[in-house]
Amino acid sequence: MSEPTLLIRDLHLSFRTYTGIIDVLHGISLHIAKGERVALVGESGSGKSVTARLIIGLLQMARGTRVDGLLQFEGRDLEKLSQSERHALRGTRMSMIFQDPTSSLNPVYTVGAQFHEVLRRSAPGIGKTQAMERATALLDEVLIPDPARVLASYPFQLSGGMNQRVMIAMALANEPSLLIADEPGTALDVTVQAQTLKLMRDVVTRHGTSVLFISHNLGVVREFADRVYVIYKGRLVEQARTDDLFDNPQHPYTQALMRAIPRITGGGIPDIEEASERFHEPLIVHESCGEPGGAR
Amino acid sequence: MTRTLAILLRNPLSALGVLLITLVVLAAVFADVIAPFPDHRGAVVDFANFNKAPGWPYLFGTDLVGRDLFSRILYAYRISLFLGVVVLAVAVPVGVTIGLAAGYLGGWTESILMRVTDVFLSIPPLVLAMSIMGLLEPTLFNGMLAVTAMWWPWYTRLVYNLARGEREEGYVLAAEVIGSSRLHIMFREILPNCVPAILTKMTLDLGFVILIASSLSFLGLGVQPPTPDLGSMVAEGAKYLPDSWWLTVFPGLAILVAVFGFNLLGDALREILGVDE
Repeated sequence: MSEPTLLIRDLHLSFRTYTGIIDVLHGISLHIAKGERVALVGESGSGKSVTARLIIGLLQMARGTRVDGLLQFEGRDLEKLSQSERHALRGTRMSMIFQDPTSSLNPVYTVGAQFHEVLRRSAPGIGKTQAMERATALLDEVLIPDPARVLASYPFQLSGGMNQRVMIAMALANEPSLLIADEPGTALDVTVQAQTLKLMRDVVTRHGTSVLFISHNLGVVREFADRVYVIYKGRLVEQARTDDLFDNPQHPYTQALMRAIPRITGGGIPDIEEASERFHEPLIVHESCGEPGGAR
Repeated sequence: MTRTLAILLRNPLSALGVLLITLVVLAAVFADVIAPFPDHRGAVVDFANFNKAPGWPYLFGTDLVGRDLFSRILYAYRISLFLGVVVLAVAVPVGVTIGLAAGYLGGWTESILMRVTDVFLSIPPLVLAMSIMGLLEPTLFNGMLAVTAMWWPWYTRLVYNLARGEREEGYVLAAEVIGSSRLHIMFREILPNCVPAILTKMTLDLGFVILIASSLSFLGLGVQPPTPDLGSMVAEGAKYLPDSWWLTVFPGLAILVAVFGFNLLGDALREILGVDE
């Protein structure tokens, strides 16, 4: 097997505050193979988003954060890279999509101008016409009907779904090997979200991009991901192929998470026992269920 | 641009503002052409016609040494506007840069920059300008310096608050993620979103700068005679009220027209650009 795109081993994160040290991640291990779509699922505050920020390298710059463990990207230890080397990776080799596509675009610039900006990251000297050609091709790929019009528009003139497609196209503009999608489209309505996710899946498959998909929505995860990690209170409690996880969840927390999905057939929102003692038990590693070579 | 002008002219109040400002600016720019006695802006004495009531050829009357008040007001506008523009041209970039840095960078930078700004804000503006003028020689340059020193903190405050809000926007995070530099994010991402508010404040302030500069020279701390200045003209004439009323009323009205005009225009801009107070 070739080098995984992303390899995380025993990652710890803590924040130093006035009242003391708060541990956020208690040793996370995960990997994403080349071209693989991996989901990270968990409830609010479980550590999904901070993991993403650590990979991008934004959180390390904040004061009072302590990071420990191995973060390896394309075989290179990220913590050993210099600031400028990490900087060079951002927006070129790895990129990110956020929850709210409309607020992720600056309202005072046209979509075209922002595309130009993004493309300049990998090709600093790219001219306007060239950038627009490339942007048109990219927008074509995410099935935007009239790319020229969209490029000349401001983000607030486009619908949320349109902006989401623009974001996807932008995120893939520099052919990154890793795309981090932090709850993409949560701000959109369900039908548009489904459409854009399907589109995103097609596009990343075509480009062979690895994806770390962060979500609390198991339904979406089931449609999108090859493999799922379940995170709870800063620990990875279960890891499995998507089908296996949904057919046969092993960990009590995963089982509770599955039961928490509201059914359309009625019966109300299911009762879920509050975090039980068993949630904190480490996963009993079945064959090929735990992270291979992981801490637990 | 044409569209903005059309919207401005639709509302009677803002149309009045545009009209007043246009008149003031034209008066200042073409003072040499309009003024019936251009040389009266300097140290000219004409005792044959001193202290004349308004009439022909002295539209606004003459002062105590026989100079045409109308001509002097036109030249005084020139100086007032020049002062206003220069003060804002210096105060706005300084204030905006400090506000952006404090608002976006946060942490210690924010604490230090904003506390320094607060010190400036804690001194009543006119008192600050007066003390600076008291220490320095009363010249036009020092006058601009004093007014600038009291003016920039207000822009820092304004932009700081806006930048604090913008910092939380998704596009700032997105820019950080694609590896944009801090300077780029401050000036190319956040600043353009603050421009409407800054522009509105500048228009409103142009009137107030003229007012403050006039206040300074009213107190004898501004531009010195024989250079015509609205504030010192009012101060000079106030001694001869109510008999020689024109000495005070016309320069006073001139100040009013300029300040009122810029205020109307500023309010109209605020509405058009959708800036909140």
